Amino acid sequence: MPNPSLPRQHGQRQTPEQRKRNFDEVAQGLTKEEAALEASRCLNCKNPKCEAACPVNVKIPQFIELLVKDDLKGAASKIMETSLLPSICGRVCPQENHCEGACVLKEKFGPVAVGLLERYTADAARKAGLLNPPMPGKESGYKVACVGSGPSSLSCAAELRREGHKVVVYEALHDFGGVLRYGIPSFRLPRTTITNEVKTVQDMGVEFVQDALIGAALSVKDLLKEYDAVYIGSGAGLPTMANIPGENAVGVYSANEFLTRVNLMKGYNFPKSDTPIKIGKNVIVLGGGNSAMDAARCAMRLGPDSVTVVYRRSRSEMPARVEEVENAMEEGIQFNFLTVQKEVIVDEKGHVKALKCLRAELGEPDEKGRRRPVIIEGSDFIMPADSIIVAIGQKPNPIIPKTTPELKMTQHGTMALDEEGASSIAGVYGGGDITRGGATVLLAMKDGIGAAHRINKYLKNKEPKNK
Amino acid sequence: MEKYTIVNKVDISPVICEFEIYAPLIANAAKAGQFVILRGGVEGERVPVTLVDWNKEKGTITTIIQAIGKSTAQFNSMAKGDRFLTVAGPLGTAVEIKNYGTVAVVGGGVGIAEVYPIAKALKEAGNKVISILGARTKELLILEEKMAEVSDITIIATDDGSHGIKGMVTDALRGVVEGGAKIDSGFIIGPIPMMKFTAKLMVELGIKPHASLNPIMLDGTGMCGCCRVVVNGETKFACVDGPMFEASNIDFDNLLARTSEYKNEERQLLETFEREHKDHKCRIGLH
Repeated sequence: MPNPSLPRQHGQRQTPEQRKRNFDEVAQGLTKEEAALEASRCLNCKNPKCEAACPVNVKIPQFIELLVKDDLKGAASKIMETSLLPSICGRVCPQENHCEGACVLKEKFGPVAVGLLERYTADAARKAGLLNPPMPGKESGYKVACVGSGPSSLSCAAELRREGHKVVVYEALHDFGGVLRYGIPSFRLPRTTITNEVKTVQDMGVEFVQDALIGAALSVKDLLKEYDAVYIGSGAGLPTMANIPGENAVGVYSANEFLTRVNLMKGYNFPKSDTPIKIGKNVIVLGGGNSAMDAARCAMRLGPDSVTVVYRRSRSEMPARVEEVENAMEEGIQFNFLTVQKEVIVDEKGHVKALKCLRAELGEPDEKGRRRPVIIEGSDFIMPADSIIVAIGQKPNPIIPKTTPELKMTQHGTMALDEEGASSIAGVYGGGDITRGGATVLLAMKDGIGAAHRINKYLKNKEPKNK
Repeated sequence: MEKYTIVNKVDISPVICEFEIYAPLIANAAKAGQFVILRGGVEGERVPVTLVDWNKEKGTITTIIQAIGKSTAQFNSMAKGDRFLTVAGPLGTAVEIKNYGTVAVVGGGVGIAEVYPIAKALKEAGNKVISILGARTKELLILEEKMAEVSDITIIATDDGSHGIKGMVTDALRGVVEGGAKIDSGFIIGPIPMMKFTAKLMVELGIKPHASLNPIMLDGTGMCGCCRVVVNGETKFACVDGPMFEASNIDFDNLLARTSEYKNEERQLLETFEREHKDHKCRIGLH
């Protein structure tokens, strides 16, 4: 019998004092015993709201029921029916907005820890050699290229391969995973987890090509000569800068640069890794989203005296996940809310010296319903800084639009799709941040899976280009 | 052959090596002014290197690398048959090649190699090409003959006067113009101070300058903004908007400050590398 009133399991976590100086994973996940207890809390609802709330509709009560029966292999396979990146999803999906937010136990006992259970199932099954990628279908004769190897392309590629298509993933950088690799830090998502989940897709027979920036040596047009369809999941890789005086001073980083130095290039390991990162004693991070939290928490782990987040609204308007803000606060990161950057003050050597800011108060809501910050005139003050990380947003990577003039874009620089999810070029589909402008891993995965189904439909009435 | 294999290597000077690398897709798409990102080791940096030449038939690209830090020293310790881990490109916006009339192509140090493909393409496009090549001393002057092949006039300037005129490339440029040459456009690649003063002089002389900027890069694909430069008061990303920019109003001082950001770390890495390769004679004057 389910036992919903058992305390919700959290698993072991590194204490803030331990973790603020290392890049190891903060949350250690559930043990077998903890997972069994947590699984026993699920009511196995007839009409599961959690499943409906999941962007990729993981069969949540069914996999949990298999866990209750101690069928680890079955549980893992059940998850893999709809999601091929369970170790990643279990870690980085904002479950509070999806499955756990919809759990009927939420109000009375706290929701079932679906994320931790998914993570446990995938990790434990993989460790025991029980995590088997689905077998690809009979070779269809079609070839599809996926541009980018982030969450949307990975999901699309795996889904296409299930149908028996030959799939090739093109990645611009030297390692796979896209934003999972260069953006999300290892203390939230260990590098081996990314490598393992990419390997699942490789094991299905998907080919991966590194160092292949589409728009450089090969264009989308070139791909269309060889492939029957192309999926563009090139992400939102263009940093938005704050556009304030002094912003090009030495010591001002975009979040992308800072995170790429730390995560992809392992700058924290310098001089064992060749790429350095230097932040000095006092670090300021501009922004209130997940990238800002990732940047602030990475910065803290590099050992400065202080890390301060400067955000123009108040805590309740922050777009970052609540849990990440709490993690950051526990780790000693300071927050200056209702504060707007005005100017980077630069020393005689061209290096950041301080940040001039203004105080703000909340005014009328904007079009998204968030109250706008209104600057309080004359409230200027100065915060000393040795480095400033600008994490106020990303825009779609412009290289593909620039090199593919036939591809229709919206005024926001995102790829325009029709009601069917198709782009303005026949056979070219897109999803993830190139179409959304900056969203979550799970929505990117959902787009990739959806596009794969549309590509399958599109290919049904076509002859393969290369027989 | 496996891609990114070194098919030929020539030591041009004690610190400068020329590599011919098998990378057919890049060779097929390369244009003058573009670059590639190289990576030599698993923990290695991503280093931007200008494409000096390319051969579509052979599927090879040519780069010329000066050892100035650990990564470049490591590249130059690689031999024919070795493989780079990453060769990504061609990156950046190609230089606009057209008939400008008479052009001055100015190269300083290893910048001569980088300006070579531009001189070649400009010559093929019908320009009268005046090349001005600068080096500290005769031994450090590279590619003189190759540049002469694609130039109508070639002028050499060395700091010590060991070859050509004694002085800077700016002295040579002033001399050419005072001698009556009417130059329409200029293309400069070299050390930052050299580009700064040459661009300034060109503006004075009524020549439209262009300079290829060399900020620190990371991904090289427009993603990180590490390579931002200030051109005509606007922030540009050298990796996608450049690296060649119209140079009458570039903030070269900012560029110099930003490229110096990691000098100490670079020195630390290089010293360790040289220590670990004791059998390898230090070629860059550290010991």
